[in-house]
Amino acid sequence: MRMKRYLGLVLLITIAMMAMPTANHGSNAVKPVSAQGEKIKVYTSWPLSGGTQAVGESMLKAAELALAHYEEDHDGAGPAGFEIEIVGLDDASPTTGAWDGTIEAENAQRCVNDPECMVYFGTYNSGAAKVSMVITNEAGIAQITPANSYAGLTRACETCAEGEPDIYRPSGEVNYFRTNGTDDFQGPSDASWAYCLGFESVYILDDTQAYGKGLADEFERHAEEIGLEVAGRASVESTDIDFRALLTDVLASGADMVFGGFVLDSGGPQVIQQMFELGLFEEDIYFMGPDGMASPALFDQIGGVEIANDYVYISFPGPLPSTLESEQGVRFYQGYVDAYGEEPDPYAIYAYQSMQVILDSIERAGVADRAAILEAMRGTTEFEGLSATFGFDENGDATVSGFYGYAVGDDTFIDGTLITPNMNETCEVATD
Amino acid sequence: MSIDNQIFIQNVIIGLTVGGYLALIALGYTMVYGIIELINFAHGDLFAFGFFISLTIFAKINPEIPLHGSDLYFVLPAVALLTMLLTGSLNVAIDQIAYRPLRKAPRLAPLLTAVGVSFMLEAIYSIWKGPTQIPYPRYFPKEDYIENEHVISFFSKLGMDITEWRIVSFTTKDLFLFSVTIPLVALLTLFIDRTRIGKAMRASAQDREAAMMMGINVNRIIAATFFVGGALAGVAGMVWGLYINSGRFTMGFEAGLMAFTSAVLGGIGNIRGAVLGAFIIGMTKAMSDSYIGSEWTRVVIFSILILMLVFRPSGILGSTQSIEKL
Repeated sequence: MRMKRYLGLVLLITIAMMAMPTANHGSNAVKPVSAQGEKIKVYTSWPLSGGTQAVGESMLKAAELALAHYEEDHDGAGPAGFEIEIVGLDDASPTTGAWDGTIEAENAQRCVNDPECMVYFGTYNSGAAKVSMVITNEAGIAQITPANSYAGLTRACETCAEGEPDIYRPSGEVNYFRTNGTDDFQGPSDASWAYCLGFESVYILDDTQAYGKGLADEFERHAEEIGLEVAGRASVESTDIDFRALLTDVLASGADMVFGGFVLDSGGPQVIQQMFELGLFEEDIYFMGPDGMASPALFDQIGGVEIANDYVYISFPGPLPSTLESEQGVRFYQGYVDAYGEEPDPYAIYAYQSMQVILDSIERAGVADRAAILEAMRGTTEFEGLSATFGFDENGDATVSGFYGYAVGDDTFIDGTLITPNMNETCEVATD
Repeated sequence: MSIDNQIFIQNVIIGLTVGGYLALIALGYTMVYGIIELINFAHGDLFAFGFFISLTIFAKINPEIPLHGSDLYFVLPAVALLTMLLTGSLNVAIDQIAYRPLRKAPRLAPLLTAVGVSFMLEAIYSIWKGPTQIPYPRYFPKEDYIENEHVISFFSKLGMDITEWRIVSFTTKDLFLFSVTIPLVALLTLFIDRTRIGKAMRASAQDREAAMMMGINVNRIIAATFFVGGALAGVAGMVWGLYINSGRFTMGFEAGLMAFTSAVLGGIGNIRGAVLGAFIIGMTKAMSDSYIGSEWTRVVIFSILILMLVFRPSGILGSTQSIEKL
């Protein structure tokens, strides 16, 4: 009898553990206004828990907002009369708090197995996309990302792995699209920007992931080309918590800037915070990070924006939400603030924009058929999005994309400037 | 002094500080293993609990930042004691609920339960404080001794100009970390060596049945072991918070992994071995991060561990089935 009781307890614990990760998933389905016609489901997959939770939730809200705006513009009807349901899935692991390949694969498989799932909307992390792209490609389902910027997902590049991107396309067809710019553009842009800001020697860090390392590789390659000295290069374990010895090496290297290929949950905030603690900022060593860290959540995680003021630079593929000037840009920003009572995360722009592309593709396809919707998405041209007017090229990349560089100052992101890989040719090198 | 020497000195300081907090965690692993032969995988998460609960207590008291005057001498120790009490109690509760019913079950059962408890605790932390990086306010006043004029003049009498030491820093925080960890480790050794409870612990570890026959309440002794181990991990979490000023719900995993490795390296079940192992791992981490590259640090640490297990399976100071061989 005693044994049974304990078994019961163990069972209870197991159930509690199993319930834990799913608690965050919740039901994020949107109640559609229009009820006529069949239903089409769009599965989203990105972290809704863990270190990137704030970004993920904001992106999901933005996707829902895009749907609401679309229905508002079409007298409450969904695209081609379909009722659209957004199914928000989480691809973060409860144990590490970061995206997990196994969970991502399960999410993609769920979409494939659901006959009503027509579009797979994700991922946030490029490494996760490597997993799900293969699955959606074999199933012939359109996949669109709100954020992936690793170049190798869509085309071959100098620092990409061998066989990319064909290894993600077992069927040989292109089924994956993105509306944001890529790292092979961002990395060099950041390097040239650093050069124009007057930095001379840079220490490059990355988190060993597809996104972070890919970006750091691109940065390093271009830095060497334009004469920005690379004082050191190191990778960190994203679960590590103590970077002091590494930062001592940075301090000794003579670098005047650290470039960090990180996202919020892979060590970026800790590096900034420990740079401050160890007095690297006092020694006038600055930090530059990519779009994966471009979120106001960064400031909370490092323990207050005042630490980062004047010492941190962040790039992002486009203007930040509050600086959008176009009519629909203002509508997005105001609509978001009104609906949710908070500032949208920068990546919410791309979630909104990619959702718009999804709705537009369903409208043009006119039928609930995976192949037809994929074909329609492939044929996207002259699409007026939030960041630019663009179409998709033969690789699935947006034809127009630009990066902006921001400094952290006055407790926020300031001084947004367009940055390009060849801006070093014309900039007047400032002296700090 | 040349830059290279400065880097080396700084890495030694960092290695010692890492060793300091790892030692406090490793002691809990080794004590629990010594007495009930359980690798308590949830132990690292108690370190995280110490971090979170002390953060909560500080937030309730809401002292001026940084602490000064009486706050430093009364509030800080009080928070430390409360943190130790709560973390120790949590560890005892975990043992009572999750491990004690499995005391006579095959060894694998409590081991897996410990893994489960670890996941549960992490999930609870992520709901409690949020899943992101959590800042820990800079309660502890920070001053770099290398920039202190008394220290400068002392060294200049020795003919050294330390104002040129750009890389080396030794702050009040470093001193604080050592002044907490070293006395606690020493006190624990004395506690196990000299007190009645310590003697009972050693007896229980050596032969549980025999100890019971001698009238020792073994269950109480096991509870005491869990309490002491938890309290040490808890205070380590608080010291970490005051020292690094940042943490997150998974922090116990990394720290626990390193501390567990330290305990095995030194000889699991052996108190002095755990402390020695912690300092070796801390020093290895610092040197590897700086000289080899941080992406290789785990490879280096676990290579050392594997070599040790192959050539000297009982660890540096010798593993024991008990903690009697102090």
